[in-house]
Amino acid sequence: MDIERETLSAVLGRHGRDPHALVQILREVQEQTGWLPRDLLGRVAGELELTLAHVEGVAGFYRFFHTRPVGRYRVLFSNNITDRLLGSVGLMADLCRRLGVAPGQVGGDGLVSVARTSCTGLCDQGPALLVNHRHVITRLDAQRVEQMAELIRTQVPVPLWPAAWFQVDDNIRRADVLLGAPLQPGIAVAAALARGPQATLDELKASNLRGRGGAGFATGLKWELCRNAPGATRVVVCNADEGEPGTFKDRVLLTRHADEVFEGMTVAALVVGARQGLVYLRGEYRYLLEPLQAVLRRRRDQRLIGNAIGGRPGFDFDIAIHAGAGAYVCGEESALIESLEGKRGTPRIRPPFPVERGYLGQPTTVNNVETYVAASHIAVRGGAWWAGIGTPRSTGTKIHSVSGDCARPGIYEYPFGTRIVSILEDCGTRDTQAVQVGGPSGTCLSAFEFGRRIAFEDVPTAGAFMVFDRSRDMFEVARNFAHFFAHESCGFCTPCRVGTELVMRRMDKLAHETGGGRGSRHDIEVLFELDKLMHSTTHCGLGASACNSLRDTIAKFRPAYERHLQSLHFEPGFDLDAELSVARSMTGRRDPGAHLEPEAP
Amino acid sequence: MTAPCDKAAISFVLDGEDVPFHDGETIMQAAARAGRYIPHLCWHPDFTPHGSCRLCIVKAGGRTGAACTLPAVAGQEVESDTAELNAHRKTLLQMLFVEGNHFCPSCEKSGNCLLQATAYQMGMEGPHFEEFYPSRPVDASHPDILIDFNRCILCELCVRASADVDGKRVFAIGGRGIGTRLLVNSASGRLADTDMAPDDRAASVCPVGAILPKRRGFAIPIGQRRYDTESVADQAHAEGGKP
Repeated sequence: MDIERETLSAVLGRHGRDPHALVQILREVQEQTGWLPRDLLGRVAGELELTLAHVEGVAGFYRFFHTRPVGRYRVLFSNNITDRLLGSVGLMADLCRRLGVAPGQVGGDGLVSVARTSCTGLCDQGPALLVNHRHVITRLDAQRVEQMAELIRTQVPVPLWPAAWFQVDDNIRRADVLLGAPLQPGIAVAAALARGPQATLDELKASNLRGRGGAGFATGLKWELCRNAPGATRVVVCNADEGEPGTFKDRVLLTRHADEVFEGMTVAALVVGARQGLVYLRGEYRYLLEPLQAVLRRRRDQRLIGNAIGGRPGFDFDIAIHAGAGAYVCGEESALIESLEGKRGTPRIRPPFPVERGYLGQPTTVNNVETYVAASHIAVRGGAWWAGIGTPRSTGTKIHSVSGDCARPGIYEYPFGTRIVSILEDCGTRDTQAVQVGGPSGTCLSAFEFGRRIAFEDVPTAGAFMVFDRSRDMFEVARNFAHFFAHESCGFCTPCRVGTELVMRRMDKLAHETGGGRGSRHDIEVLFELDKLMHSTTHCGLGASACNSLRDTIAKFRPAYERHLQSLHFEPGFDLDAELSVARSMTGRRDPGAHLEPEAP
Repeated sequence: MTAPCDKAAISFVLDGEDVPFHDGETIMQAAARAGRYIPHLCWHPDFTPHGSCRLCIVKAGGRTGAACTLPAVAGQEVESDTAELNAHRKTLLQMLFVEGNHFCPSCEKSGNCLLQATAYQMGMEGPHFEEFYPSRPVDASHPDILIDFNRCILCELCVRASADVDGKRVFAIGGRGIGTRLLVNSASGRLADTDMAPDDRAASVCPVGAILPKRRGFAIPIGQRRYDTESVADQAHAEGGKP
């Protein structure tokens, strides 16, 4: 208890007892205590002058916060479809068996808990898992699982596990203008300072750069709206909450091109007039926190952030990193801001938009990691240069995270306008059945569409490119995505909270594994109906896009669904005769109509 | 040409009829004032809009959105009472019914319940989806107030009333996804250990039967209650024009 008290006061002190730092405070406390008991939440609430219910509500929102005891070793298997294709389901069952623990339970007198988590962004080197929320293990196989069980049983501290297990490769397979020509630190900031804020903004607008997070809003316009919004102070936020399953390009950018990310943010700060910068780093990338902070320290020493940047008096801008705690919805920019403010990551009502009233009410520009990297290059080489790459409506290059059934998974940078088939050829695929572009909320393409192009006006993408060959069951792919959205719904609005759950249950009913394959055509009609409803009634884009892959796969891979149908008419999700058999036996029925199971010998 | 200061003269078009509005009003606020019914559960004229139930979904300017959060725009065509949107509303109501445990015949709120009245209004005849039958214990710890979480639809009106009107912050929202639930702010997590009082706004604002006064069962017989005698839409029409 004294250790808890010391931990708590050190963490609270570090954050100046600011209630807006609640998520960071809970995360840092839990790193010491393992989990967050209710009386500890009560003490946090008291110190921050918040209610216990509020703190409990925030703690209960994020998957990486534990309000019940967990094992001293907390193992989370990445549950993305690409990890599953590589055998994660069997490996997790094997680890559970070896440790004598059921999934989701604590075993061995508090020694270990094993569970699943949403995509960890290591699809090109899976199956992957997280240990204690700060170590990632890649390329799992039966041997690693066997050794891991032994290391846990003998209580070897995680940092002493074989170093090769923690190796995360960048796997850059195709570099273009962004990945191929890293910028010298400071050169983009110097170029922007020389040009001035307005002229830099003009270059951004001339470049026609569009946001790389998926929505494709014009970056120059966003910065201009933020710059012109009334308010004394402004904020620049980098969205590094790369939660879309199958996407891992921001992980590589943050690993290898962190300077350009921070440089792009600094250019944005000059343009919009911000003094404060925040990076929202997804909890799954917690292991990148210290390396990124080291880059920030060096840049501070180089006077590339801090006061009088580049020797220009009055140009003051600094960057802090906020680590998330396992919530896909925080990739939505207003939910991300709520989380930055220490609250539940529920998307805000818009308008007002973040560029008008964002972080703590200040005009805020939220941009993707890749957008800032592109902006730093545009600051150096000009808008016309960028606009000359790609297509007129989708300028520049796009970085893709390629995974699934291909010989060379990894990072591929292409100009916009590249055909799907070219990417498939480059990454070494054969007998491809489908490609999921842009993750579960994106588009599922079948073979006859592989001539289409990556572009906002054709196949838009936030960066995921998951390949499925003809041996794969596309129904199971869609079912994995349905589980993902039900798992990640924030629960705020009716259609997403209940709809994602209904979709998941329907898909499980159709699946042989869990529902006995009791599907009928009626179930597919209900799925269609839910898709339509969620598409037009949800509060945010997560719910609206939650059924995209369902709609695509039903339309394009209907036989994959029909294999799961028992009849073309209604089928209940249970066996009526089996349910009634106990009652029938008790009432002494023995006639053939009673459908009694033969009695056990 | 209308003078810019003549604010009462600006209007939008709701299902083919003009609805005047004041600058800064939402579609819902203006419609309610004009006695036009847009189905809703989490919206209440006395509280800041929430936008979570999605019953008030409308089409405005070619896009769908919640009438309670969309600012009214002069001259804009807004569709609300259409077959498509009412079908969506019915499905949303069915979702709320299967998500909780709603047994109208045995509920003290029956006849006064906005969820039930809106379901009648939208022609809901059954749950359509499989029931979830969640396990949600009631909180009967408070001497004067009962919370039956089985009926909670997460509209957060009690959260808002307790924080904004009563100044007590008795409630908050916890969990997430289908596990989202109402939390009570006390060390025990029970209502008895809060300072909630029966005359708090939060004690009477619940649109369903989740927060009820104790010892006041069926004082008005079923059949003579608020929505038994007049539909929710007719009441909205009658409310219009009042200050």
